[in-house]
Order: sequence, then C-alpha cells, then structure tokens
Amino acid sequence: MKDNSRRGFMGKAFGGVAAVGAVASLFAMKKSWDPLPSVKAAGFTTLDMSGYKENELVTEKWRGKPIFVLKYTSEMIAAMDESQKPRIISVGEASYLVTLGLCTHLGCIPSYEKDNKSFLCACHGGTYDIVGNVTKSPPPRALDIPPFTIKGNTLVLGEVGPEYLEMKKNGLTL
Amino acid sequence: MKELLILVVVTVFTLVTYYLVEPFAHKNLHKHVESEAFVYADLPAITKLGDAVRGKDLVMGAGACTGCHSINVAGVAAPMDAVSSAAAYGVNPPDLSNAGVVYDEKFLNALIINPAHTLMVEHTLDESQGEMHPMIPFYGAGGDIDQEVADMVTYLQSIAVSQEELTPPMAFENACGRCHGVKYEQWTQIGTKGSFKHKRDELAFDIDVLDYKDSLKAYMGKLPPDLSMYIRSRGEHYISTLMENPQNYLEGTSMPRVGVSADTAEKVIEYLEDAGDTKRHEREETGKYVMIYIIIFAIFGLLWKKQVWRDLH
Amino acid sequence: MAHFTKATSIKDWLDQRLAIVKVEKVLASEYWIPKNINFLWAMGMILVITFVMLVISGIFLLMYYQPNVDLAFDSVNYTIMREVGYGWLWRHVHGVAASVVFLIIYIHMFTGIYYGSYKKGREMIWISGMLLFIAFSTEAFSGYMLPWGQMSYWAGMVITNLFAGGSLHADGLVEWIRGDYVPAQAFLTRFFMLHVLLVPLAIIGLIGLHFGALRIPHVNNQDGEEIDFDEESKKYLAGDKAGSKVIRFANDFMAKDMMVVGFYLVFFFYLVFYHYGFAMDPVNFDPADGLKTPAHIYPEWYFLWSYEILRPFSTDVGLMAFAFAQGIFVFLPFLDRSPNAIPASRRGLFKYWFWAMLIDMIALTSMGKLPPEGAFSTIGLVAALVFIGLWIALPIITYFEKKA
Repeated sequence: MKDNSRRGFMGKAFGGVAAVGAVASLFAMKKSWDPLPSVKAAGFTTLDMSGYKENELVTEKWRGKPIFVLKYTSEMIAAMDESQKPRIISVGEASYLVTLGLCTHLGCIPSYEKDNKSFLCACHGGTYDIVGNVTKSPPPRALDIPPFTIKGNTLVLGEVGPEYLEMKKNGLTL
Repeated sequence: MKELLILVVVTVFTLVTYYLVEPFAHKNLHKHVESEAFVYADLPAITKLGDAVRGKDLVMGAGACTGCHSINVAGVAAPMDAVSSAAAYGVNPPDLSNAGVVYDEKFLNALIINPAHTLMVEHTLDESQGEMHPMIPFYGAGGDIDQEVADMVTYLQSIAVSQEELTPPMAFENACGRCHGVKYEQWTQIGTKGSFKHKRDELAFDIDVLDYKDSLKAYMGKLPPDLSMYIRSRGEHYISTLMENPQNYLEGTSMPRVGVSADTAEKVIEYLEDAGDTKRHEREETGKYVMIYIIIFAIFGLLWKKQVWRDLH
Repeated sequence: MAHFTKATSIKDWLDQRLAIVKVEKVLASEYWIPKNINFLWAMGMILVITFVMLVISGIFLLMYYQPNVDLAFDSVNYTIMREVGYGWLWRHVHGVAASVVFLIIYIHMFTGIYYGSYKKGREMIWISGMLLFIAFSTEAFSGYMLPWGQMSYWAGMVITNLFAGGSLHADGLVEWIRGDYVPAQAFLTRFFMLHVLLVPLAIIGLIGLHFGALRIPHVNNQDGEEIDFDEESKKYLAGDKAGSKVIRFANDFMAKDMMVVGFYLVFFFYLVFYHYGFAMDPVNFDPADGLKTPAHIYPEWYFLWSYEILRPFSTDVGLMAFAFAQGIFVFLPFLDRSPNAIPASRRGLFKYWFWAMLIDMIALTSMGKLPPEGAFSTIGLVAALVFIGLWIALPIITYFEKKA
C-alpha cells in the first residue's frame, strides 16, 4: 500500500518535471513567433519636413504602415477650435498633421477630401476632421499619432520625443 | 418522397443564400454600366467621304502628324525613341500604321479636331496653368476642315491591316500597351521584353522601362496598373465598358477614353484572356469529359445502391 | 510471443499479424448503422471525399507555390495557372472545394440540430464536430492568405486586428501573431506553415475523434427511434435483413453514401469547370498592396454571418458579440434542456427556433457582404440581436418542452 502511494507520488513528480520542460519549450516557441530584430530595427523612419506643400496630403511609410503628412495652411489653423489645436505637430515655423493613415475602426486607409478638408474611410463610412478627430462613427477614436521626435527640421518616427509624450499624457493618442 | 422534399428544402435554402451573397450583393457593391456598343454617340457624325491620296498629303504635310508619330508601314520613323518621347509628352505617341483599324472611325475624326475632349481628359488639364493635351488639335489646312480630317482618316484606314489581320497583341499594344504593362506576357510600356545574352543589356532595358514609367507616372498622376490578371480581377464586361468611358467607373481618372472599335475591343479582351486565363480552352474541353464521366459515375453509384438495398427493404 | 502458424493465404498471413478480419468487422461489415436515415446522413462521407480532394489538390499546389511575399502571387497566377500541366485544375478544385466544404458542413450541422443528434450520449460527437468547424475555419483563413492578393492581405490585416481586443489595445499580441507590424513575410510564412502542416494535422486528428465519438452512442436516425443495436444486428446476421432496423456500414450504408457522393460530385465538378467565380474573389486577383485598401472588404461567404454580428455594434460590444457567436454553438448540447432526441418538427417551440435560427443566419450572411448602409445596416443589427436572443431563449423554451 505504502509502496503504491510512493509510486503514485513519483509518477506525479515525473509529470511535474515533464511539465516544467514543456512550459520552458513553450517559452522558446513564443519567442520564435516574435518579430525579428531586423524587422524591429527597420522600425524608424526619418521625414524631412521641408519638402511638403500646403493642403496636399502625402502618404509616407513607417513600419509598413501608411503615415499621413499634411502641411496646414494658415487659414486652416485659424479655423481650428481648442479641441483640434493640441493635435498639431509643429516643426520649425510650419504646422503639420502627422498620423497613422489607418482607420482606427478596422484598419482601412481613409482618403483625404481636399475640398472638405476631411478624411473619409470607404470601408465603413467613418469620417475624420482636418486634425484626425472623429466626426462620424464607427471609428472609436481619432487617427493615431505615431511615436515621434523632432530633430531640427526632421521628424523621426518610431522614437519617442517629449512632444509625443505630452500628447500621450493628454490622451490625444494611444 | 420524403427525401425529395428534404432535397428541395436544402436546395432552396442553398440557392437563396447563393443569390443573396453573390448576384444580389455584387449588384449592390458594384456599379453596373451598360455597354454603349462602341458607337460613341456623343461625338459628331461623319459627314464627308474621305480621299486617301489627299489624306496622305495632309498626314505627311500640313497635318503635321509625323512630327510626333511614326508610321512604320509608310517608312516614317519616330522622331524620338519611346523613352525620350515619354519624357517630352508624358507618354509615347502611337505608331499610326494600324490606327485606322484599331480605332473607331468617328472617334479618329473627332480626335484630330479636339483631342482632349474626345479622349475625355479635359478635367485633368488646368488651363489657367497653361496645361494642354500633348496632342495638338488640327486647326485645318485652309480648306473644309471636316473634309480634310475625313481624308486623313481614310488614308490611315487605307494603310492599316484588315480587321481579320489585326491580332490581339497588335490591338492591345496599340490601344493600351503604351501605358499598361502586362508582366505575364513580358509586355512593357516600351515593348516586349525578350531574352538578353548579356546581363548589362537586360539592365539597360530595365532602366529604359523605369525611366519611361517615371515620365508616365508624372503625366498620369499614378502609374497605370499592370493588366496581367485584369480578366480575372475585373472581368470582361468591366474592361470593355471601361475602355468605352473610363469615367464610368473611375470618376476623375486621368485615363483617356480609348476609342477602339467594337472589333478591336474584342481583341483586347482576347489578349487579356490569353494573359490571365490562358488555359480557358483546356478548361472547357476537360470540363466536358469530366462531366460526362462523373454522370456515368453517379449512375453506377445509383445502380450499385439499388442492388445492395434490394435485400434490405 | 504470440503463436504463429504457417499462413494459408496472404489474407491469413496478414490476419495473424494485424487481425484484419476483426478490424474489417469492427470498422465495416459489423459496424451497425440505422436503416431509417435519409440522404442527409451521407454528408459525413461527402465531407471525407471533399477533404481528400483538398489534400490531393493541395499537394500538387504545394509543389509549385512559393511562400514569399514577392513571389507568392506570381507562383499562383503565373506558374500554377499558366505553366504547370493541369495546375489550373488543382487550383480550381482546391478553391471550389474549400468553399463547398463549408456548405456541406453547414448542412451537416443543421441536420444534427434538426434531428437532435447532439443529445444525451452524443455530446462528444457534436463538440468534436464543432472543433472540426473551428479547425476548418482556421484552415480556410490561413489558406486564403497564401495567394497574397488584395483580399488576402486586407482580410489578414482586419482579422488579426481583432486580436487587439478593442479597448484592451493588445497591439503587442497582434504584432506577435503577425511577426511584424503589418502582414509581411513572417506573417505569410507562418500562415503557410499553419495551412499545410499544423492545422491539417489537427483536422486529421479531430476527424479520428469525431468518428470515434460515434461508436458508443451510434448514429442517430430520422425518427429519433431508440434502437437496440445488439438485438437488431443479430436479426440481420440471422438473415432477416428486411426486418432488421440496422444495416452494415459496408456495403449497405456505403452504397447509399456513394450514390449521394456521385450526385454531389456532378454538382461539384460543374462548379469547378463552369461556375468557380463564387469561390475565387475577383479582388484577390490584384496583388497585395499595403497602401491601397480595396473599396469593400468582406470575408468569404461562410464567415459572413459571424462577421455581420461583429459589425453593427461599437468595437468592444461587437467583439464580444463576435466571440459569443464563435463559441456558442459548442454549448448547444447543454443549452438545449429538453431530453427529446427527436426531429425538430415534433418538438413544440424548438421547431420554430430551428427555422428562425436558419433564416437568421442566412440573413446575417447576406447582410455581411453588403455595404453597412441604410436598410442593410438595420437588418444586420436586427438579425444580430435576434441571433443573440435566440440563444438566450433556447434553454428556456427547451426547459418547458413536453417530454415526448
């Protein structure tokens, strides 16, 4: 009887040791699915901000995702209210919209309506205003602003700068 | 009998679902455009009977066509190669040898007098900026302009191959191939990419293609897409009605109205079928035999079942 | 060691080593099936045949397909479709079978629901079947990525985004699944692995489980009749084939199965040669382009009903409704509180529940593809609410169901 329970215990112990091995190999398997270092390293994009024309949307690429860059005209800025202004990104004298060009609903690319000065997502009909705030659902939040830092007249996407941190703290972006 | 009723129920529900997710959904997702049968009803009717001899003089002389266009069949070479032409005009002007058969007669008449309007690209030209279509309108050579244009078109028709001799690649390359590549047919905007003995020759060709595409992209606003799989991605009806009037589907597009005749349009479709649905004849042929076989298979299955179940009832 | 005698025949030689005579009895000639069944009971065999066709056509596609973002599209549309002898045939068989297999799965499922084939004793048949449904869905989705066309890319983008979990913002999880910030090389190769190895292995294992689950409770019949299989099989073996309520799996049941398979294959090959368009979305014949969203993004028809449940709500509620729809069918044997294992037509309110569920799922399916505007949007919302409502109502109406 005693022998049996001892054998039962050793069986469970063996099972426990095997489980440790299994969990350890799961860790390796999880790591194998992680993005590769080369993929991560390619995660920075530097934009020279001097080349953009006013009210002309340019789609850049960062981490394989489209990035909207729109240089505001002074009339556009004058027309903005207090909920819109904090989302402006200023580099040097000029002001820009810099956001991910992906609808926050399900990731389609909205198009810029030059005349209405708004963005329309054709997938489910969501719209955004000139600074990327939602004006018609289903999008749950404004267009995301990618992590950025300002270096002279350039903007480095993927690197977190103080202006970005400030925006994040104020809940302007995720 | 009961099984038949069950079969009817299953079939009805299947067909209703099919109808809703396929024909009905697509009718709502995509705009339907009726074919206009390539009659170009908006363009003025032809009133004059042309004369090829007079037309030749005009094409070579006062019409100034050969300033930009080559006419290989008449021994007139292109003033510039394709890459330089694209750099100058945005796109390589077509060789006119077969223009008379590729394009509709009414369309050619109208095109010579007012290219931008006939091609439906006026909206892409900002006149305040002095933008003009690269093809200069023909203002007349002093006589009756309608007569002169009719003469030129008649001349172009006289030098062209007959409709029967026009092959699908000829039709496509002339009407579409200066803007659209077809990778699966080795077609580039500047011609067929053959095989090269030396890598450097191949690279030189590729660079020419890239240069051409850069000019084209600047001219059109975006690079016109490769059409290899368009017969599967868009289908015959779409391509055909798009050629008639690109604005039907792509409002504001810089793609011009192609202006082909109905016969040429069919040949363009055939070319695209050869590119993107190459094995269609084999598919139809094999399909027949497989269907005959599988019906025989089903009959034998039925007979076997009947035999096995005779004892069971 | 066991005692072996000199074999009298090849069969005897094999029998001594593998007990093939016994195996044949257990699996075929003395595997007893009720006689009182209709052609809907042949859906299992049709699924097996379709799965075999998927495996065979898949093997030949696998020989030329290249899981590389730069080559995948051309390896399918140029190499396989234009160059490989009968490559187009394998592709069309594979594409059509992948779509038709879901039609048959749905018929199979609704047959089970109608005749109560998930009731006491048969729960594991139902649950293993639903696990197969999930495995087939994963297989279909991963396979849809492989041609790397516009729909592959954008369906991959939208579906993997679901794992961000709405307000949970589990972007790390999404990137982990993709192996990149967007669907790219790592994404394609891992879905390729899933499609050609891991998920097929799981499917084969689950098919084994599904078949195994049938043995003890036996196959149901179309009148919900309790059959004494021992008694009836004795009757059959004694020669009273006509009087017995059971038949052999082979050749009796098999002969009927294969007859239905024959008719099914006529329909199937008609689709393969003359009506394949529904299974191969035109949009996917445009190469993948991460910077250009197609005008309409919708999944293949068999996912539309659950996609539509996701759509009419705000992100978080939609995701919860979606998760609910995905999971709820598994629990059917426990949500149906009635012990009656009889056809729905004899089950009071459940009869209406069955047809309401079927029609509601068809409504969801059709709205899932249409643009979410105006009346379509409203119908979709109503159908989604009805779907949820029907599942909430199920335990209640079946609890009060009269015992048959």
